Amino acid sequence: MSDVLASLGRFLPELLLMGALAIVIVADLATQTWSLAKSRNLLVGLTLVGLGAAFVASFGEPGGGSLFASMIADDGLLGVLRPLFALTAIFVLLFSLRSKELDGVRMGEMVALLLTVTAALMWMAGSVNLVMIYLSLETVSVASYIMVGYLSSDRLSNEASLKYILFGAVSTGVMLFGLSLLYGLTGTLDLYEVRAALAANDAGPALILVLLLVAGGIGFKIAAAPFHFWCPDVYTGAPTPVTAFLSVGPKAAGFAVLIRFFYSGIAQPGADGTFTAVGGVDWQGLLIVLAVITMTLGNVAALLQTNMKRLLAYSSIAHAGTILIGAAALSSAGIGAVATYLVIYLFMNLGAFLVVILVHRATGTFELDGYAGFWKRSPLLTVAMGIFLFSLMGIPPFAGFFAKLYVFAAAIEADLAWVAVVGVLNSAVAAFYYIKVLRIMAVDRGDGALPALRFSRLDAALLLALVVPNVVGILFGGALDQISEVAQRLLDLA
Amino acid sequence: MIPLEHYLIVSAALFSVGVFGILTRRNAVNVLMCIELIFNSANINLVAFSRFIEGALGGQVFALLVIVVAACEAAVALAIVMSLYRITKQVNLDEAAELKG
Repeated sequence: MSDVLASLGRFLPELLLMGALAIVIVADLATQTWSLAKSRNLLVGLTLVGLGAAFVASFGEPGGGSLFASMIADDGLLGVLRPLFALTAIFVLLFSLRSKELDGVRMGEMVALLLTVTAALMWMAGSVNLVMIYLSLETVSVASYIMVGYLSSDRLSNEASLKYILFGAVSTGVMLFGLSLLYGLTGTLDLYEVRAALAANDAGPALILVLLLVAGGIGFKIAAAPFHFWCPDVYTGAPTPVTAFLSVGPKAAGFAVLIRFFYSGIAQPGADGTFTAVGGVDWQGLLIVLAVITMTLGNVAALLQTNMKRLLAYSSIAHAGTILIGAAALSSAGIGAVATYLVIYLFMNLGAFLVVILVHRATGTFELDGYAGFWKRSPLLTVAMGIFLFSLMGIPPFAGFFAKLYVFAAAIEADLAWVAVVGVLNSAVAAFYYIKVLRIMAVDRGDGALPALRFSRLDAALLLALVVPNVVGILFGGALDQISEVAQRLLDLA
Repeated sequence: MIPLEHYLIVSAALFSVGVFGILTRRNAVNVLMCIELIFNSANINLVAFSRFIEGALGGQVFALLVIVVAACEAAVALAIVMSLYRITKQVNLDEAAELKG
């Protein structure tokens, strides 16, 4: 009991989100008769306060212990990811105000779902128990299925949601089967006890089966090939703010689970910041293969896309592959690289999606053709898109370059130079399609008669908030180092 | 007492039937039923292991939670199928191909 009470104090961001959730649900019911705009403003305002409070509360020194009888690790990795989730949700909430798809749609359920997913992402990032991993993953999944199908009269949105839930349920089911076998092999549900049991006696081939099954579940969440099939369809069909959210939040949480499961559950930390696999299965190769396939497939498929949302979907698959290189490095530096990449990825990817939302508001299309001649209509938006895309490409001095730098440095340090080389080659391929978008926006002639684009004050503020971190990333090398260093402090390494 | 292997064989068979059904069935509701089979195969594993490993009750609690979550998931999935049915008047997955993957 005292453990629970002590844990509650370290659980403040999640509690604030749950409180906001309760208030939002009641407020939605109480304002059913209000006009759409009025109730929307109230609900978004309340949610924003809740998310903002959680964002502020999520800063601070990580406690270093575990919460709720070793269910959740209150360590550095969670400390880095908690504010990331809250910030993503804040951006996405503001995006949804500007999204044409959500015009005239009641927002009560959307904000409630957003708060639920944000809290569940925080649980997911901290879970160090097989039950907790499964429960938090399912909470995130079920709520995001509904968010994807939020436009209930839109065929694409429904179709995307159906595909998402079928793929999602299968992959979590497969993962659950793997977890149940792992429980049988080790007799415990606690990740650290799993490791101790595996270190005591090798599990042999059964562990390979477990790893493949679990990799399926986690691979689905981070959209790694060959578990990525859902990704382009779901990203295209979902309302764009939801797409933006899925491409950052659940992906980051998926990587957190990956690190917890592989680094805390089936690997042992060594003296010099490296990890060695336990249980008699060398699984580093599995992650390397996943990383290489995912990067290559994502980038090559993105070259062929003519729809902006699909292009960004494949680009996000490719980025998942790059982040996987960091995870495959089997070192503390690798964990730091993954966390740093995720933080920078938030700003560059959400930025690109914001431009997609604003262009859709102006032109009503997500097709690349619709982007022609945007330089004439809005030089500012074109420049902003250029910054986001160069950052995604990994061109210095934009922030994306440093994200890649950390990952490749971790890979080279871990004697995986060839994987880093594959990663650099992939970045070169990626440049083709990112530059194609820019060329269409800046060089191609669009319909010259269309009026210049006007930003609302919110648009300008959002663009500024997303552009600045991408541009000045170079000035904050120290902060990035610190993020990397904090994230490396896993529960058993604190 | 029934030995552990028997439980594991049943659960592996259920899992295989589930995966086979998911790959071959074209009706969304059938696929959902096959997904339930996969969840239940994992449940059998969890409860059987919990019974045979000294002092490991966690598996039974895990299985209970899985049942609850699977019910939630099925509810959401059926709601989505219903919603799509209202638009397209069918539940065949081959027809849900406006988004080409």
